[in-house]
Amino acid sequence: MKTIRYEKKDGIVHVIFDAPGSANTMNADFQQDMGEVATRLAAEDDLKGVILRSTKAMFFAGGDLDQLVQVRKDDAAKFFAAVEQMKAHMRAIETLGKPVVACINGPALGGGWELCLMSHHRIAVNDKRVKLGMPEVTLGLLPGAGGVVRMTRMLGLTEAFPYLMEGKQFDPAHGKSKGLVDELVDSVDDLVTRAEAWIKENPQSAQPWDRGKYRMPGGTPTSPKLAPALAIGPAMLRKKTGGCYPAPEAIMAAAVEGAQVDFDTALRIESRYFTELATGQVAKNMIGTLWHQLNAIKKGSGRPDGVERGTVSKVGILGAGMMGAGIACASSWRGLDVVLKDVDQAGAEKGKGYTDKVLGKRVKQGRMTPEKMAEIVGRIHPTADPADLAGCDLVIEAVFENRELKSKVTQETEAVIAEDAIFASNTSTLPITGLAEASSRPQQFIGLHFFSPAEKMPLVEIICGEKTSDETLARAYDFVLQIGKTPIVVRDSRGFFTSRVFGTFTMEGIAMVGEGVDPASVENAAALAGYPVGPLAVTDEVSMTLVQKIRNQTIKDMEAEGKSYTVHPGDKIVDELVEQGRPGKLDGAGFYEYPEDGPKHLWPGLRERYTTPSDQIPLQDIKDRMLFIQAIESVRCLDEGVLKDTRSGNVGSIMGIGYPPWTGGVLQFINQYGLHEFVTRADALRERYGERFAVPDSLRTRAQNNQVFLDEVPA
Amino acid sequence: MTTEAYIFDAIRTPRGRGKASGSLYEVKPVDLLGDLLKSLHSRNDFDTAAVDDVVMGCVTQIGDQGACVAKASVSKAGWDDDVAAFTLNRFCASGSEAVNLAAMKIRSGWENLVVAGGVESMSRVPMGSDGGAWAMDPETNLQLGFMPQGIGADLIATLEGFDRERVDQFAVASHGKAAAAWSRGAYANSVIPVADNNGLMILGNDETIRPDSSMETLAGLNPSFAQPGQMGFDAVAREKYPQVERIAHVHTAGNSSGIVDGAAALLIGSESAGNAHGLKPRARIIASAVVGTDPTIMLTGPAPAARKALKVAGLNPEDIDLYEVNEAFAAVVLRFQRELNVPDEKVNVNGGAIAMGHPLGATGAMLTTTLLDELEVRNARYGLVTLCVGGGMGIATIIERVSA
Repeated sequence: MKTIRYEKKDGIVHVIFDAPGSANTMNADFQQDMGEVATRLAAEDDLKGVILRSTKAMFFAGGDLDQLVQVRKDDAAKFFAAVEQMKAHMRAIETLGKPVVACINGPALGGGWELCLMSHHRIAVNDKRVKLGMPEVTLGLLPGAGGVVRMTRMLGLTEAFPYLMEGKQFDPAHGKSKGLVDELVDSVDDLVTRAEAWIKENPQSAQPWDRGKYRMPGGTPTSPKLAPALAIGPAMLRKKTGGCYPAPEAIMAAAVEGAQVDFDTALRIESRYFTELATGQVAKNMIGTLWHQLNAIKKGSGRPDGVERGTVSKVGILGAGMMGAGIACASSWRGLDVVLKDVDQAGAEKGKGYTDKVLGKRVKQGRMTPEKMAEIVGRIHPTADPADLAGCDLVIEAVFENRELKSKVTQETEAVIAEDAIFASNTSTLPITGLAEASSRPQQFIGLHFFSPAEKMPLVEIICGEKTSDETLARAYDFVLQIGKTPIVVRDSRGFFTSRVFGTFTMEGIAMVGEGVDPASVENAAALAGYPVGPLAVTDEVSMTLVQKIRNQTIKDMEAEGKSYTVHPGDKIVDELVEQGRPGKLDGAGFYEYPEDGPKHLWPGLRERYTTPSDQIPLQDIKDRMLFIQAIESVRCLDEGVLKDTRSGNVGSIMGIGYPPWTGGVLQFINQYGLHEFVTRADALRERYGERFAVPDSLRTRAQNNQVFLDEVPA
Repeated sequence: MTTEAYIFDAIRTPRGRGKASGSLYEVKPVDLLGDLLKSLHSRNDFDTAAVDDVVMGCVTQIGDQGACVAKASVSKAGWDDDVAAFTLNRFCASGSEAVNLAAMKIRSGWENLVVAGGVESMSRVPMGSDGGAWAMDPETNLQLGFMPQGIGADLIATLEGFDRERVDQFAVASHGKAAAAWSRGAYANSVIPVADNNGLMILGNDETIRPDSSMETLAGLNPSFAQPGQMGFDAVAREKYPQVERIAHVHTAGNSSGIVDGAAALLIGSESAGNAHGLKPRARIIASAVVGTDPTIMLTGPAPAARKALKVAGLNPEDIDLYEVNEAFAAVVLRFQRELNVPDEKVNVNGGAIAMGHPLGATGAMLTTTLLDELEVRNARYGLVTLCVGGGMGIATIIERVSA
């Protein structure tokens, strides 16, 4: 066998997961080996029990996503048969009549946890780092090795749903409290001893569902107390997902249908839904971007070669507003010492207080110990004195978007920090090359664009100025990874990648309101397309005064370059709302009203002024206008070299600016729509709604050659 | 020449509150219907062996109402073994469907005497307790965009601009009309009291009418569908009604139909059957129609169903003297009136289901009964019955009174 060692000792067979390479996965070799294990176990005549264990730090990593992503619609029959075969092997071991024990020494996710579920007794090391659960749904899949069926039969439908439909992960202690883990041990060394002891105590063993008189916890779908929950369940799911995600829907269906039939039929139903998802487009989009492309970025795909990996031990942050305070929080959380500087001590203290607030909530929820919180908060040093920045390897300025102020703090800081320290600007709009002019060492000057709230948002956009060195970029990249965030590297230009593409989304929504489309339709269409927030609501958050300011700066810059600004149809609406005294949420009035005693709602004046009820465009057009305009703008970014690769566009759009994850990102959206079909649809949108939908020539050529957006996989 | 379908008689039970505290809770559905069939027979004195078929509506066909409650009731009523029977389910239209189907049987010339009606004991067999894929199977539920009727009613009110005051006013009027109708004896001819085996009366009149109902008392009731709407169902409507930012949840227990128990039965046949058994025709059934509509909003069927039936009959909305539009929810009737431009004085003149309740499988037949009595009182000619129907359907029946 290639992936499993089969060892027998005193009548107990140890099935040891030991695949070549770093991780055990449920690949084709493993599936074949499990067949052999099942056959050999059945042939044993003095078998006392079976122990499943692993030689890797991670018990078992789960499905083989490299293989899964290759499965096409035409492979459905073959794929279904393979899934059923794998389950048959697992089922054979599960029903031997002999005790089967899982020794969970490290994380067991997806298929790994499903192997644990197949076991009669689960012993785990009591360590918070041992992550357990089934994250398949986050990649558009379902647990297809019996995970849906067994979790449902162990916990009951409503209890099992969060683990299955949200991919909720847990540690062994939580597992023990829910009956998902049977036994905890303090040390890895105790696992096998305890397993052997349990086998001795339980010479005959079967799963609860294979014994007589099994009843599903919480009742079956026909029980009256479950009925209301079942009827509203799909609606609650739809409310959350906008109906864009087949995976949680398939999980719910497989769980409920499986609960009405016998165990083996339930497994088969699960296989059918699994096949549908695995051969479907959304799983391809999500696995491609949120697994393969994201991992490439984390492995350093955007980082220059030849520079040794480094870490930052002390980071300085200038400006203790919401953004600076958030970056401070994110950095100290990951173990860095932080100097948080503001113009006065009170401001700096207030910024430190932000971390208190954020972590205090976690402590209250029991998700962090007070000691841990004290340790994190203690690493933040608030100050008003620039001299305290001495000793920082990296300083990030997060002061107001004002060139003069930014150059002043640059010079002030460079006077005290080490010769080789890096200075980063968190600007979201001002070109880095220009800002670097204030620096005495522009090769060590770089843009680090965080998103608000910085302690939560997973993306950082890295912008190199003309003179930024490879070493500076490499160190900045390492820092972003060090604080647990995902870096994308983009070329210096107006709005970089994220702000520029984000702007096309909000302005498209606003333009539609101006055309007479009902504003509620615009917001609902965004939700139904899978956006987390509608364009009008998010513009209110940003504030239209800022939108105007950025536009005016753009006009000025373009004029300086001898270019002319193309007026967007949404500009007029923004100006009119500001004139009406409705710039956004901060002022309590924007596209929405913000009553003190209730939830926000659209300003009725919006409909009165702009909406023409008799002349509404199709819902699909509203959705497509937002999805398409962002995709088209991203192709332009690629053409102009603002984006250097596909993965940065895909990952950046999902993690930074709320492009719907089901699409796999802005460029994968085009791939999955079909290049040719995309061009045809974009041409139609251009004809109906304006020149901004014009397809770049590069894309037209790609469509002719059927050349999808895809990066070389880095070695 | 097509055989005409005549209504010879139309009766119903009183409606009891559909819970354990209701008077008819102790009465089995088989008796509710069986005893009514006995009364139909004794009032008209026909040979039961001459009845070709008994068609009964019943929505929740499990438990007491399972296993073809129509046939069991016919047998328990002591009717001849030769009589066939079946139970049908077209949700809230079941009673009307039974009447329409009976008319079609007669008009086909293949049958001569048919009994149509319905029964529902909502206290004993709760609505929805029969499950079904539409709501209970996640894959189907998701694909069809299942929403409960009440959310659809609230959506209608939102789209039409009917506010809470408007729907409450409608409810107060329903109670007022029902109370007035009872006190002037409008229901005396056709409501048959329910009695036990000893002949002791259990219930003689409709139990849920509140003559003292007022805007003030109704205003105190909480919206019934705000919470499930907020939990998820409101979001289901977004796909088809994206222009609705927020559904106004105006319907309460006070301005929606009551949950009740009851049964109805109509004796329908050809002219020759009437002659053979000495039965006097009271009305002709001149048109029927069913339609499908958007299942999400679900309750917009009455207007298209009525239009379709009017076309069959060659009539216009203003030719109809009286309308019975089921008061499933106030907004349903208000929307119907708006769509067909029907004035208040022609609609539900003796009250409706908001006051007297909506025993699902029987209601359509009950409305036909009420309509026929009132056409006779007024010497009027045409009447139209219509109901909104679960799953997104509508039904209508048009009858023409036969002059004495």
